[in-house]
Amino acid sequence: MANIWVYIDQFKGAALSASWESLGAAKKLAGDMSASVTTLVFGHNVESVAKEAFEYGADAVTLCDDGTLADFRARPYAALLAKLAADSTPDVIAAPNTTRGRDVMSMAAITLNTSAIADGIALNYKDGLVYVTHPAYAGKLLSTVVAKTGRSFHSQFITLRPRAFPKPEPTAGKSGAITKVEAVLKEDEIATKVTGYSIEEGKVSLADAKIIVSGGRGVGGPEGFAPVRELAEVLGGAMGASRAAVDAGWIPYAHQVGQTGRTVAPDLYIACGISGAIQHQAGMRTSKVIVAINKDAEAPIFKLARYGVVGDLFKIAPALSSEFRKRLGK
Amino acid sequence: MHIVVCTKQTPDTAAKVEVKDGHVTWGDSGLVVNPWDEYAVEEAIRLKEKHNGKATALSMGPEGAKETLKTCLAMGCDQAILISDPALKGSDTAATATALAAAIQKLGDVDIVVFGKQAIDGDTGLTAVAVATKLGWTPLTYLSKIEIDAAAKTVAVERSLEEGKQLCVAKLPAVVSVVKDINEPRYPSFMGIRKAAKAVIPTWSVADLGLDPAKVGVAGSSVTWPEIYPLPARESNVEIIDGSPEEIAAKLADKLIAEKVI
Repeated sequence: MANIWVYIDQFKGAALSASWESLGAAKKLAGDMSASVTTLVFGHNVESVAKEAFEYGADAVTLCDDGTLADFRARPYAALLAKLAADSTPDVIAAPNTTRGRDVMSMAAITLNTSAIADGIALNYKDGLVYVTHPAYAGKLLSTVVAKTGRSFHSQFITLRPRAFPKPEPTAGKSGAITKVEAVLKEDEIATKVTGYSIEEGKVSLADAKIIVSGGRGVGGPEGFAPVRELAEVLGGAMGASRAAVDAGWIPYAHQVGQTGRTVAPDLYIACGISGAIQHQAGMRTSKVIVAINKDAEAPIFKLARYGVVGDLFKIAPALSSEFRKRLGK
Repeated sequence: MHIVVCTKQTPDTAAKVEVKDGHVTWGDSGLVVNPWDEYAVEEAIRLKEKHNGKATALSMGPEGAKETLKTCLAMGCDQAILISDPALKGSDTAATATALAAAIQKLGDVDIVVFGKQAIDGDTGLTAVAVATKLGWTPLTYLSKIEIDAAAKTVAVERSLEEGKQLCVAKLPAVVSVVKDINEPRYPSFMGIRKAAKAVIPTWSVADLGLDPAKVGVAGSSVTWPEIYPLPARESNVEIIDGSPEEIAAKLADKLIAEKVI
């Protein structure tokens, strides 16, 4: 029977939503391939993630719970993935295209003398091969990528773009067999030490956000982000920014959406005072519904938007915050 | 301290990229240093300045990619090398990494290799890790800060993850990739431009790198790109909402709730 593996990306014992989206994509592919789906849960104190994996649809779980995996470092994670893959050669190994997912998949693939296929937004199974749709040229084009037949290593390594695939509905209480495996590297064989973190607790990350409210040049200065932030908070979303606002030093780079920032695909993207340069569009054009608020009726962002407001964001955004506060009972 | 920066020539970010007869074209738009690599080039120059070292710019591509390498020299890199060979055409990540790693080994005394986060044409973001793996060196990706301890041969870094920053210390040699908030790339100086214009950039072929042509290019790649095509057009049926701010807010709230995105 064909076998698909899904690498679960977790941070401090909590799986990223993108991991379950990848599991959902793998389940769908498994239907076409008549395959079973095994999830790989690597980390330390991550047994709860293994249990969650069954609820999200895993047929089996391979678990490595080890102190050397407490903090993500590419080498011990990739060494383990490469060893398991070399031993079992599953047909497909999928992982979310997160910072960690990309590192571990690239390293394991190269270790096994093959290339990973990055950032898939659609998967199609045909004649024993998985065709991956991948945005290229900063999202201006799409390409189809496929592993060659007769390649030296059988498994296809594929990373999947967060929010490009729906997250499956979990079935509470579903369980299955967990296979426990040992880590491959000992601590003294790992050249990297993690010395700390600087994490803003409770912040909604752009990569995961269902709703993003972004500000651009039109906010006029650092304090101009206040109504943007307020609307993002009322909607339970993340705050984004255009390159112009980041380059002006109004807001940290971590918020930048676009070609040299983060690519996002939320359900709702509200662009406040953003004209919509092609570089910005590259990072947000796959958002489900786009709302543009801009004084300039000719701004290119209106060509992408589902709803447009030609007006002053400093009047519209606060009105929206107050309206949603009422409707959402906040 | 020898720092290598790997860079790629890509179409200008504002270029309208299209597919014609199955090939990607960008009209008469210019080619530039891959935008992510500008931060890598700047960081390589800063590291060499700080540690009194040498910075080498390395690129793989057609002869025309020398223009990109000249930009690196004009910014302050000490030397540049182009890896170019018809046999490299169609290389995937692994084949590209094979060639880059061979060139880095040929240079011999390299302490750190710096990449941009990804190239904006292939957009895989996998090459830095692939090169690290080929070399057997430490990969450190998405860096927003690099501090090298030359005596201890270690590097302390700050990595940008989805959740925030991770701080790490690793042994050199290492292969790193950097994100935009690591620095502010400098403009090439007038003197730098003049020097770069006169510079002779060596070209290393597959044979110069001692590689088997079957291990690179299409032959050495494990993936192919059977199709490349334009994005499906996004319907530009914008519905303009008007009225007073309060009326707009109420109308928009109705519509967004009906769309089930809130």
